[in-house]
Amino acid sequence: MITLGAACLFLALVVALYGIAAALLGATRHNRRFTDSARRAVYAFAALLTLCVIVVEAAFARTDLSLKVVADHSSTTTPGFYKLTAMWSSQEGSLLLWGWVLSLTSSAVLFATRNKHRELAPWATAVLMGLGAFFTGLMLFDANPFARLSPVPPEGVGLEPLLRHPAMAIHPPMLYSGYVFFSIPFAFAIGALITRRLDASWIRATRRFALIAWLLLGIGILLGARWSYSELGWGGYWGWDPVENASLMPWLAGTAFLHSIMVQERRGMLRVWNVSLICGTFALALLGTFLVRSGILQSIHAFGASTVGGPLLGLIAAVVVGSALLIVSRLDDLRSTKRIESLLSRESVFLINNLLLVGLAAVIFWGTFFPLISELFTGNKASLAAPWFDHYATPLAILLVLFTGIGPLLAWRRVSLGAAKRLLARPALVALVAAAGLFAFTDTRHHPLALAMFSFAAFSLAALVQEFARGAAAYRSLSGGSYGHALLALFARNRRRYGGYVVHAGVAVLLIAIAASSSFQTSRDLRLRPGQSASVGGYRVTYEKPTAQISPAEQRLTFGSVLAVAKGGKPYATLYPSRNYYAGAGDPTGAGPVRSFFEGQATSEVGRKTTVGGDVWTAMQPDLSSLNPVINGADRRLERIAKGVSPADAKARQTIGFLQGLAVRAIEKRYLADPPPADFRVNVNPLVTWIWVGGAIAAIGGLVAIWPAPEARRRRVSDVYAARLARELGRA
Amino acid sequence: MDPALKRKIRLIVALSAAVLLAVALIYTSFSASTEAKEPSQIMNAPNGGSYQLTGIVVPGSIHHRGSQLDFRVADRDDSSASIPVRYSGEVPDPFADGREVVVSGKVENGSFVGQRDSLITKCPSKYQTQAQQDPEHVIISR
Repeated sequence: MITLGAACLFLALVVALYGIAAALLGATRHNRRFTDSARRAVYAFAALLTLCVIVVEAAFARTDLSLKVVADHSSTTTPGFYKLTAMWSSQEGSLLLWGWVLSLTSSAVLFATRNKHRELAPWATAVLMGLGAFFTGLMLFDANPFARLSPVPPEGVGLEPLLRHPAMAIHPPMLYSGYVFFSIPFAFAIGALITRRLDASWIRATRRFALIAWLLLGIGILLGARWSYSELGWGGYWGWDPVENASLMPWLAGTAFLHSIMVQERRGMLRVWNVSLICGTFALALLGTFLVRSGILQSIHAFGASTVGGPLLGLIAAVVVGSALLIVSRLDDLRSTKRIESLLSRESVFLINNLLLVGLAAVIFWGTFFPLISELFTGNKASLAAPWFDHYATPLAILLVLFTGIGPLLAWRRVSLGAAKRLLARPALVALVAAAGLFAFTDTRHHPLALAMFSFAAFSLAALVQEFARGAAAYRSLSGGSYGHALLALFARNRRRYGGYVVHAGVAVLLIAIAASSSFQTSRDLRLRPGQSASVGGYRVTYEKPTAQISPAEQRLTFGSVLAVAKGGKPYATLYPSRNYYAGAGDPTGAGPVRSFFEGQATSEVGRKTTVGGDVWTAMQPDLSSLNPVINGADRRLERIAKGVSPADAKARQTIGFLQGLAVRAIEKRYLADPPPADFRVNVNPLVTWIWVGGAIAAIGGLVAIWPAPEARRRRVSDVYAARLARELGRA
Repeated sequence: MDPALKRKIRLIVALSAAVLLAVALIYTSFSASTEAKEPSQIMNAPNGGSYQLTGIVVPGSIHHRGSQLDFRVADRDDSSASIPVRYSGEVPDPFADGREVVVSGKVENGSFVGQRDSLITKCPSKYQTQAQQDPEHVIISR
């Protein structure tokens, strides 16, 4: 089995190299037979990597510890579902995932364009196969997923307990797929540059892939934030950590790209900008992969020393330098004859929003790489903390929301001042009313930035409602029917546009929630004994009793608590925050195995009550110092027994392990009989739920925009009809 | 107005906005950042200097005293150079012996007093292969 996988990986590299050669021959000699053969090589490449993934996943499923990647990241006690997801917690597995997704998307795009874009496609094939060859080569020579262990260890290391969370199971593949999908528009942009076919055809061929990349990356980022919020015991969802930033930068650049390509499709402008933007986005996506895997920056996610950093950096340099040279050499062909006619036009608002998005990405880039920059100038790696990032991101995000609201209201080319006033009047009124109401009745008056965010978001949402109403009214005046029917028809007729509006609504909701939960959070650290209580932000929290639970299947001890939360004297919720301690990590401290069990890695289980108004969030940390004599006593006594046992006697060693397990059980009893105090962090986060709701709305909007319209319906919307609809819209 | 002149003005406005942003970035980042030091660099520093301490948690040095956490941090490459750290506030889940940490704070009488909630622990994507090398570990029986 394993040999089969290794052979497939090697064959995949050979096929990829052949694919490059055939595609280049097809492109330069305009020979369709070579081009077709290169395309089939991509399919074969996908099939071979699929086999590799199946072989590795099968090894994970049956915990084949002779495979190094399995022994290092899984174990027989790792819960079943997480055995399969353990693959991408490894470097080898995540590279395999990169290559596999790349092979599948490449196949999909080349199949879809097999009878089109005869000049672009072979070049794009060569670029994609080049990337494929790079990643398979990296696996073969640097991080082989089929490396074996000898002798075979009796037990694996197990999946890091922190990663045992549903969001963590799908977050890495989502992010990676997002990164990988950006390679499709990138490859076609390179093809367009080489062949000088710089009209919008490369954009039309790959627009949907860019949209999918953007959607997957966005969902991946949100899942990561969700995991951080619900699994890590710090209560936040975003910390401006280098690895988080690494995923946000390509997403922002990709968002800008999705908007600016509309300007090129409609008006033929911004061509240099668009090819530069997609090359930059793809370079940032590669940079995301690199940052996660190289450990070059101080990050809470430094994934240990890695050997793939150097080659990845080389690839990024090649992409940046190569595409820059290519763009410069094609500047004459990229020149557009049209100009922006008026500041009051959709394209100029799109341009402003583009600059804001790219500016935000640039700020994040600078802050993320500041440790390296400062080392260059001062010799010291100084880093920037979250407040610095907030300082720039907040005003830029506020402006973004405002222009997101204005953009859809304005028409292409130009809008007269009177028409613009008419279109903007109602949303502006809504924003003013919202601002005045919030100022008068809430304490937003002490948070001017939050107030600005709320009122601009209100403007943006009102503008969207107005757009939907206008569209539905125009449709009804032509075809009649109810408003509901008209709304559905709008979506069916122009999924891209109205799906985009839904995305805007979701993002506005999400930003409102971020502003509210960060500006109006109440956080307190409490030290409570069972029976004691304290007040936090209008809630009364009582530590009712401690709990303890042992799970032999996961080799885990859990110390927990029952917290009663009351609001206004009435019971509001019961929360169960707890802390897990894991066996199996050995005794790296030398302080005794039982002590290591309690002072080693532990994970928090958060206790949370979620309502539409916000969350009450709690994490606990029991104070075990009163148990120290028992813990140290157990270690001392067991050490004496262990001295008489030869290190070679595995059976006796195991028995000592069991005795230590019994000591842990005794300590559990002691904890319950005489519970020590515990430290609680209690956060009250207003509106935080709406981050996930807004994200879900945006994701649905994205799906609507991606979904292809049925062929028949597309034809029915004839040009005549479109013109009539436009006339009606102008009148409405 | 002459369209060429108009374009030139627009370009100048855009460029100066970009330059302004760049200057602001450079200025604020150099003034807002804190220097990262390893224990050997601040062991003999005078009282009151504030730094960002980075290094490895010395195995066996972690002690919880009530809600205060005491541990030692050693240089990444030299485990003999270490400094005691006093810290209170939230402790990230991955915090453990031998993990790489970053904590901001001040030097007081040869020990490092961490700022509340400033502790950051690097999160390894996997356990070290300790369990295999060290058969001696707790086993919880059924």
